Amino acid sequence: MKSTEEVFEILKGRFGDAISELVTGQPAESYFSVSPKEINKICFYLRDTEELLFDNLMNLSGVDDDNGEKKTAEDGSFTTFGGTLSVFYHLESTSLKHKVTIRVSVPRETPELESVAEVWRCADWHEREAYDLIGFNFLNHPDLRRILMPYDWEAGHPLRKDYKNPEFYQGMKVPY
Amino acid sequence: MLTEEKIPTKPDNVRTEEMVLNMGPQHPSTHGVLRLELTLQGEIIKECRPHIGYLHRCFEKHAEAMTYPQVVPYTDRMDYLASMYNEFGYAVAVEKLLGIEIPERVEYIRVIMGEFQRIASHLVALGTYGADIGAMTPFLFCFRDREKILSLFELVSGARLLYNYIWVGGVSHDLHPDFVRLAKEFIPYFRPKIKELNDLLTGNRIFIERTANVGVLPLDTAINFGISGPNLRASGLKWDLRRDDPYSIYDKFDFDIPIGKGEMGTVGDCWDRYYMRVLEMEQSLRILEQALDQIPEGDVSSAIPKRIKPPAGQVYSRVENPRGELGYFIISNGTVNPFRIKVKGPSFVHLGIMNELCKGHMIADVIAILGSIDIVLGEVDR
Repeated sequence: MKSTEEVFEILKGRFGDAISELVTGQPAESYFSVSPKEINKICFYLRDTEELLFDNLMNLSGVDDDNGEKKTAEDGSFTTFGGTLSVFYHLESTSLKHKVTIRVSVPRETPELESVAEVWRCADWHEREAYDLIGFNFLNHPDLRRILMPYDWEAGHPLRKDYKNPEFYQGMKVPY
Repeated sequence: MLTEEKIPTKPDNVRTEEMVLNMGPQHPSTHGVLRLELTLQGEIIKECRPHIGYLHRCFEKHAEAMTYPQVVPYTDRMDYLASMYNEFGYAVAVEKLLGIEIPERVEYIRVIMGEFQRIASHLVALGTYGADIGAMTPFLFCFRDREKILSLFELVSGARLLYNYIWVGGVSHDLHPDFVRLAKEFIPYFRPKIKELNDLLTGNRIFIERTANVGVLPLDTAINFGISGPNLRASGLKWDLRRDDPYSIYDKFDFDIPIGKGEMGTVGDCWDRYYMRVLEMEQSLRILEQALDQIPEGDVSSAIPKRIKPPAGQVYSRVENPRGELGYFIISNGTVNPFRIKVKGPSFVHLGIMNELCKGHMIADVIAILGSIDIVLGEVDR
């Protein structure tokens, strides 16, 4: 059983600069950050190394960090420029019973990161959801389509903080 | 399972081609509004692509505009067959973020409600599974017994389906004075009914023919796909969050964790997944017996915070919902509104395995497989 700090040290020794920023001392959980281009390699390592064996991806969630610059329009709605979007990975090992949280932050303008769907197959749908609702571009994902919203939804990604409902969807009034 | 080689050979001059068939969105055995796009070779499934989102109302976006207590009724509406447990999971998550202690009576009430909800939810799962496969009688029997549990819920919360009962820090009302007596009466009433269900359905020859050796899910695939709850246990892993990542007061109770043994076919087939739920109802009764005997007196609303304003931070907290691991990922930025709530619903994850399970089976088996993984579309789409 390993704590987040120990996992952080192991990865730091193996991958160096791709691992950064260990955040501890929060009320409930600690996490560290990983570079978006290395995440799938690191996840393979986390899953297959004997002392780690993170075989279960409990949850994958996209978050709009809402830390960019806001420009407010006349009607009160705002658009965000700059800042980051993040993906949180919650992993656990069913055999060794330890857990770890990983964060990957990408710039809002180019939200690109590697997919982990090859490592854990359940990430396939979680990533589709994160793409659909927040708008990440998961590189090398097998089937990156919208999943909850209609396939022809053109008004963007609803869980971004600056999302505005469109007036019409395919000629139908929204909200009807 | 039929493979391509076993299809009777056809004369060379007959042209065959794949056919795409839409099952749903309106179909009685999709348990809600779900479309399965089936690619068929004759009657054999080549590919099964689920299309979801018909019930999508973006609970997560709503939640960002609500205060923490206001989110509770929304959680009810995700998995509407296990509302109590959704509230339970949400309350546990927010309490972890707040770092507050809960009175013991409240913990007991939550466990009692949770286990009654598990039985009620499994009854729907088992009943509708029988109905999907063609056995109508068990469905009526299951719903008869479920009504009795819903009446108990009505007694304490005033509602039969969507309760808004378990709040952050407590519960909305104390138990009705008659509740413990009526609940204790339910247990000896219900035990023989499980045997009745076994006689009707579990050992039924036709039912076994339809479900044993169908949709076999090996353990390593199950873990890789993030399968949890009864479906994972049916594949043979003794994994239950009530034991393996204890929350509330589940460590005080004595109960077993049944796992799939492949009694009628292979470990992890549809029959095993069905039978897990039957066995779990018995274990829930055991927990209920102990909890109802030990429940202490006390005030149920003393720990409810006047104003819920968690410190900035995040938490991922999970509970063992009747369907599997229900996780809440909550980020707080120190205000009265949650900054982000993401729900990991077991049904959402389980539906992702449909293609893997259906490949190579006949069309009729799709119904058996879909029923056996027991999804609720309200939670898939959220």
